[in-house]
Amino acid sequence: MTAPSRVDPQDLVEHGLTASSADDCIVIVADHTRANLRWAGNTLTTNGVMHGVEVTVVSFVHVAGGPSGAGGVASSSVSGTATDRAGVAALVAAADASARASTPAEDAAPLVGSDGAPGPASPVSADWSDPPVPTSIAVYDSFAPALGEAFGRARSGSRLLYGFVDHDVTTTYVGSSTGLRLRHVQPTGHYGCTGKDTALTTSAWVGGATTDFGDVDPLAMEATLATRIGWAGRRVDLPAGRYDTILPPTAVADLMIEAYAYAGARTAHEGQSVYSSRPSGTRVGERLAAPGVGLWSDPAGADVACAPFVVAGTSGDDASVFDTGLPLRRTDWIRDGELAALRQTRHSAAMTGLPVTPAVDNLVLEVEGAQGSLDDLVAGTERGLLLTCLWYIREVDPQSLLLTGLTRDGVYLVEGGEITGAVNNFRFNESPVDLLRRFTHASATERSFSREWGDDWFSRTATPALRVPDFNMSSVSQAT
Amino acid sequence: MPDLDPSFLALPVRDLEAAALGRAAELGAEHADFRLERVRYQHVGVRDGALQGAGDTEDLGFAVRVVHRGAWGFAAGVVLTPAEARRVAETAIAVAEVAATMTTEPVQLAPEPVHADVTWVSAYATDPFQVPLAEKTEVLVGWTERLRHAPGVEHAAAHLLAVHEVKHYADLTGTRTTQQRVRLHPGFEAMGTRGDVFDSMAALAPPVGRGWEYVVGSPAEGGHNWDAELEEVPVLLAEKLAAPSVEPGPTDLVIHPSNLWLTIHESIGHATELDRALGYEANYAGTSFATPDLLGQLRYGSPVMHVTGDRTLEHGLATTGYDDEGVATQAWDIVRDGVLVGYQLDRPMAARMPGLNPGPDGAGRSNGCAYADSPGHVPIQRMANVSLQPDPAPGGGASTEELLARVEDGLYVVGDRSWSIDMQRFNFQFTGQRFHRVRDGEVVGQVRDAAYQATTTEFWGSMEAVGGPATWELHGAFNCGKAQPGQVAAVSHGAPSALFRGVRILNTRAEGGAL
Repeated sequence: MTAPSRVDPQDLVEHGLTASSADDCIVIVADHTRANLRWAGNTLTTNGVMHGVEVTVVSFVHVAGGPSGAGGVASSSVSGTATDRAGVAALVAAADASARASTPAEDAAPLVGSDGAPGPASPVSADWSDPPVPTSIAVYDSFAPALGEAFGRARSGSRLLYGFVDHDVTTTYVGSSTGLRLRHVQPTGHYGCTGKDTALTTSAWVGGATTDFGDVDPLAMEATLATRIGWAGRRVDLPAGRYDTILPPTAVADLMIEAYAYAGARTAHEGQSVYSSRPSGTRVGERLAAPGVGLWSDPAGADVACAPFVVAGTSGDDASVFDTGLPLRRTDWIRDGELAALRQTRHSAAMTGLPVTPAVDNLVLEVEGAQGSLDDLVAGTERGLLLTCLWYIREVDPQSLLLTGLTRDGVYLVEGGEITGAVNNFRFNESPVDLLRRFTHASATERSFSREWGDDWFSRTATPALRVPDFNMSSVSQAT
Repeated sequence: MPDLDPSFLALPVRDLEAAALGRAAELGAEHADFRLERVRYQHVGVRDGALQGAGDTEDLGFAVRVVHRGAWGFAAGVVLTPAEARRVAETAIAVAEVAATMTTEPVQLAPEPVHADVTWVSAYATDPFQVPLAEKTEVLVGWTERLRHAPGVEHAAAHLLAVHEVKHYADLTGTRTTQQRVRLHPGFEAMGTRGDVFDSMAALAPPVGRGWEYVVGSPAEGGHNWDAELEEVPVLLAEKLAAPSVEPGPTDLVIHPSNLWLTIHESIGHATELDRALGYEANYAGTSFATPDLLGQLRYGSPVMHVTGDRTLEHGLATTGYDDEGVATQAWDIVRDGVLVGYQLDRPMAARMPGLNPGPDGAGRSNGCAYADSPGHVPIQRMANVSLQPDPAPGGGASTEELLARVEDGLYVVGDRSWSIDMQRFNFQFTGQRFHRVRDGEVVGQVRDAAYQATTTEFWGSMEAVGGPATWELHGAFNCGKAQPGQVAAVSHGAPSALFRGVRILNTRAEGGAL
């Protein structure tokens, strides 16, 4: 198998910048390769290796018009698959023309790298000249044979395995007419496996994140699933109600991602989110959570490292194309229980009078002084529920950020500090913001993977397990 | 009918196809198919009278899918040269070699007729990508300006999503299809506050398989009545902000198609996908309570329930001529007289259970539900336009008003908002844009904080009546998610207004512990 045909992404960037007749221009090249395997019922199903090159051209042009009639800077963004200079030139021509036909952008600001604008310590990445980093099906060279062995063990144990592994490496190049030449390599990998008994009466799940699959053992996954399916040997049916509930790190990641996703400064400032203050403004500075709770992002975070600069292909409530290249650093969203910051662009920061705190592609929840593991939380619980993960989480009431969703693939009864059986699934209605106020126990923070959002959107999280004394299980789900 | 886009036809389609399929055949593939796709997306966002962002994206590339040594192999590339097409075919074969060691059930495909060199273009008048951005922006800016100058509206947002999709498919049997589809999703939302309460209300206008005429055309030309919605939404939002909180408990509901489509989507559409019912989505989207052993026996709902799958419906978002395995699309029954009678199938699923949809020779046949959302993704079974049929009674069936007249004390649910359902499609919970109070058959204001929660078969079993064809509307979504890696698909669902008895209503503030 040979490597995919590639063009020099740096050349695409330089050609795009040269070809643009706009006042300013940003060219973003994302070269990504992806390899995955999927299985069901102890046999492989679909799989594949994909390569893509997406080029985004953002053009900036001074135009007349605008609310004051004084004119301003318009922007336009055009993206597409481009693998040669002609392809990039076509995107540039479209972006330039579209910007000229547009109206002044409300989020206009000096481009990063220009005089008077904040910028990175160095406008040129040290590895700018390096080629894209690929992945291939070979990333599963050791995983695949072991997966085949895991299928065999599952069959002999009357169990069925269903799962997916995915590895993606995206190399991003950002160039601007103001001198930026930034490069970032982002490996993203994850695994997940659902186990069922052959009668399909119970199910369990394991999953997590990885950068290279060197640390993923299919046989260990199968063994964990076998243990959990075994827990269902005693089945206990419980009604809806409020339960002392242990949320494992994956479930906490699901809920904290929701809390973060809805933390846009503009929406809060305009009175439309749980982070809005009445009658106006935001709740920044207000206590939302228990003392000692910290929710933060850091591009240099251990095991969750991500791009250290803003890459914005289009503008919206929480993103501005003018901010591309802005350096990202550790940002505390909740500090010692108080709301400390919201997701900002320079435009929304000016609206709200708060610091510029752009979104970062990872999220960490830490509880000061929390120690121990999920098992320790179980050991300390007299009677409660241990969840495996959550699913189909959706906003019900933006006013409180009330979410609904379901437990999935294993709810276990904890009695006297031990797991004593499996319980039916439930639908829950809860607010993640409120949970941060009500939880009673937390484990140490660990690398986690959101089952709901990790696959295709937000995979870099670190969270503790939380024990909530009165988690609202609104109704019973018959799903097994 | 519009023409196929000449700029797509100018691509080296035949050279790439020949190189890829030829190489796959040389390497011994039992099956090989090739897709070249170009999908254009455009998004325009406006907030409070100002353009907030606009972007055009194009996804162009090709894919080679093979069955080799009984296993699937799939690879995709973006460099449009015969050499790269051969290399991608080799990669697909190599992936199948790896997969074969873990494939214990050899892949089988249902046999299908060959469709040589056929074309198909969806029904639209004006390609939205031919309309200047400035014109689109002007419309959306006008909507938000009109909304935010209405009493009680503090902020307003509007958006437009447009998609232009061209696909060429070919396989080793000689099927060769080239198709083009256009779809559009315009919309707006008004936001307001009253004391400590804030809320918003969105347009009911559904996404459609139409062109720009949907925004600016007359109803006869396929246009939506935007003026009426822009007029009524601020009034209804103000009423909602002042409305009392709902009283929870079993409640009679009349549900408008703008809400019911989503309940159909989640509790019927996904539940009757055979790949889910057989466990293929067990690790992600989930499975289904409606398993094939229950076909012809499962009481899905009341006897007035008739549900069809249809990929031929004009202006439907899942409508096309041929699916992504070269199968001619069709329409069929899924639930008839309240009983499960059919599934949505692609070729691998049809081959797994040939008795579900046998052809004249007894071999299983697909009903044309394969779809991939990009050239970089493998086709899987995706949803047809799954619709609840109206009352076929002579005379036209009941109007919405006649259904409401049968409610002594209940709610009239309009517009979709929040949705969630469990991993086997039993337990669901939905909210709406508005819950109108119904007293003695009349609509008398709104309530706030309402959601309805039920189990699928109980809910559909409580459906006492469906409205006539005059109440039937086609709604839908662009963003139905499924599969790993994740794929999105656009799909429409038609429904009449319908009357349900004794559905559990929740007070969402109480659920959140606020009451």
